[in-house]
Amino acid sequence: MRMTSWITRAGIALLAAVATIATVPGYAQTLRFGLAEDPDVLDPTLARTFVGRIVFAALCDKLFDIDEKLNIVPQLATSYEWSADRKALTIKLRRGVTFHDGEKLDAAAVKFNIERHKNMAGSNRRGELAPVTGVEVVDESTARLNLSAPFSPLLAALADRAGMMVSPKAAQAEGDKFGANPVCSGPFRFVERVAQDKIVLERYPNYWNKGEIHLDRVIYLPIVDSTVRLANLRSGQLDIIERMAGSDVPSLKNDSRFKIARITEIGYQGITINVGKSDLSQKNPLGKDARVREAFELALDRDGIVQVAMDGEADVGNQWVAPSNAYYAKNVPIPKRDVARAKALLAEAGVTNPSFTLVTPTTSDAQKIAQIVQAMVKDAGFDVKIQSTEFATSLDMADKGQFEAYVLAWSGRADPDGNLYNFDFCKAPLDYAGYCKPEVDELLNRSRSALDAAERKKIYEQIAATVLKDRPIVYLFHRHWLWAHIAKLSGLRTIPDGLVRVQGLKMN
Amino acid sequence: MGNYLVQRLATILPTLFFVSILIFGLQQLLPGDPAIILAGEDRDPSVVAHLHEKFHLDDPLPVRYLYWAGGVLKGDLGESVRIQKPVLDLILEKLPVTLELALLAIVIALSIGLTAGIVSAVFKDTFWDYAANVFALWGLSTPNFWLGIMLILFFSVTLGWLPASGYVSPFEDLKANLAAMIMPAFVLGNAIAAVLMRHTRSAMLQVLNSDYVRTARAKGLDERVVILKHALRNALIPVITLGALEFGTLLSGAVLTEQVFTIPGFGKLIVDAVFNRDYSVVQGVVLFTATAYIVLNLLADLAYFVVNPRLRG
Repeated sequence: MRMTSWITRAGIALLAAVATIATVPGYAQTLRFGLAEDPDVLDPTLARTFVGRIVFAALCDKLFDIDEKLNIVPQLATSYEWSADRKALTIKLRRGVTFHDGEKLDAAAVKFNIERHKNMAGSNRRGELAPVTGVEVVDESTARLNLSAPFSPLLAALADRAGMMVSPKAAQAEGDKFGANPVCSGPFRFVERVAQDKIVLERYPNYWNKGEIHLDRVIYLPIVDSTVRLANLRSGQLDIIERMAGSDVPSLKNDSRFKIARITEIGYQGITINVGKSDLSQKNPLGKDARVREAFELALDRDGIVQVAMDGEADVGNQWVAPSNAYYAKNVPIPKRDVARAKALLAEAGVTNPSFTLVTPTTSDAQKIAQIVQAMVKDAGFDVKIQSTEFATSLDMADKGQFEAYVLAWSGRADPDGNLYNFDFCKAPLDYAGYCKPEVDELLNRSRSALDAAERKKIYEQIAATVLKDRPIVYLFHRHWLWAHIAKLSGLRTIPDGLVRVQGLKMN
Repeated sequence: MGNYLVQRLATILPTLFFVSILIFGLQQLLPGDPAIILAGEDRDPSVVAHLHEKFHLDDPLPVRYLYWAGGVLKGDLGESVRIQKPVLDLILEKLPVTLELALLAIVIALSIGLTAGIVSAVFKDTFWDYAANVFALWGLSTPNFWLGIMLILFFSVTLGWLPASGYVSPFEDLKANLAAMIMPAFVLGNAIAAVLMRHTRSAMLQVLNSDYVRTARAKGLDERVVILKHALRNALIPVITLGALEFGTLLSGAVLTEQVFTIPGFGKLIVDAVFNRDYSVVQGVVLFTATAYIVLNLLADLAYFVVNPRLRG
């Protein structure tokens, strides 16, 4: 049959075509970085996503940075000093630093940037810099930030996007379109961005710390599916991936071509309970009675949750910071699972079989957590119904108080204030639980004005003693940031904020 | 044909008007205040207020529709809040990508679907017919995302022949472009090939039994000429309609494939926009796709005239 032989020939030709199309090799000193999401706008003032901060780590230097132990270390600033009344912060700047357009980074540029963060329409930095009332240019390399009241989380904010400095000339020229062509002073400068496809950066030859930069280009490629991200790493399309799935660790661990790096996050995974956000809180024993919430927590086996939901890739915890954090309140340790005590508490509260709905976003981690929690607390008599909802919808429900309990994660901030204040201060933007307690608010404000670490620690212990008993949030664990990279990439520093510093990274 | 064309064009405008209302209205059904999602995880109240003002979120629905429709009429589809880029730019950036993917997919679908359809009709009730039917069933019942991941694992991870995902412009590097596109195009084309195969087969069977084909055979024409020139041409009419419809579907329906292979096209654009509540992008892309769909249908109708001379009278 002539036709059948034609089919065979066509088939062979197609296969041959597939085989001859070879894989494209990357540049020798190019780092191809697989991101779990597509970053938002690349303007430090307007940016709002975690993943965008990964790109900023190569693009925009900050006044300060944090190290592996969460210490504040200098970057564009060389030193700082608080005034006696703690209402002024004097920052000495590194000399000879230039932006990617050749403009000088001086105290005037710092003033411009802080004012831009504070005044630009839609700025996401306004809250972080709220107590800053003005910036003085003391001399070319000294700037002073004046504050309305002492504010200890300020340094941590300046070690993040609020401390990123962009070229005033470019920012003025571009206005609110600056994010399309950002000009900063980091080790790499912006080349191009194709939305949802790639962000390309190239080495800035005049970088102040160029001795630490060994790469020529960094290309960030957003690949949402963790399986596909890993497949790209394995097939040689990527050199490093972030947020690798814990379940993929065993298969990669024994492959000598790759390395895995990890560190405990500064954020947390928890269950927010509606204790006063809406009427629903008073219609349900969980929201109404602190004893029921205590019983709920006692029915949880955090180790079990971490093993099953996270494949062991998380540290158990019961607070807004991990037990390894310097600000962890040791006076409230992680409670052990105690079903008998949980049952006794429920009996005391007069509800032996409390029932509530646990809202969860549709991410696989959140759903697994919800299912395990549901099974665990059943032993104590809880009847939990799970309602899985797309993330934006679930957040809307949380915001309107249309929930009883909600599985919610927080990416975390270097300063404990960033994990606590906006969640537990009465009616703060992230107070989804509807938690309102004047004495806690007062302590939270005091924790902001105390600059001494030991003093702050004491205040956090007081806060822990109250808040962790009221349980607006039942904290479960702190995930591990998991990176997988090719073995020939060296110099990766694991910083708890989950951002990869490009300084020191090298392809051997 | 002139009258017909005018008639068809006249229906397009009201259709588009209703489509625009539908797109705008349906989007309002998405739960949640878009400003809250767009404000990011910090949810600064001043940012939420700013977004409300910028997108007229506090105005009544008809007023917001007029703001949007007014912009559309001036050629302004708005701006993506998430990445601050005009929606039209995004569409023009993504369109060639999805068009290429759809085009390659339809080429693959046509080559496989038509060939298999003709073969199974010509060799009805033989091994080839059954084989083609099994293939069609497989193509219809295999989920795109599963096939995609299997292909990635086999061709990229195990064999290392093709990149696992991503996109390279053909003007930058044609070889790399084809390498990146062949798997997603196959995955997309595979399902359509199955549909095309079933339709080609039944259309061919009908035509092959008609009198004029019998006459052609009686005249002693070569079987290849009878099938490819006489039978196929008539059998192609329903297949063309289907092909055009499927092409329209491909433009918007490449969603899963684009997600799996991380192809920065239309599908990915709209899915990300929905989840991020980037309303201007959703509205712009859906309106564009709907328009493309309507125009393609028109073109398919016009193609009948070209293929089938009897309709020209």
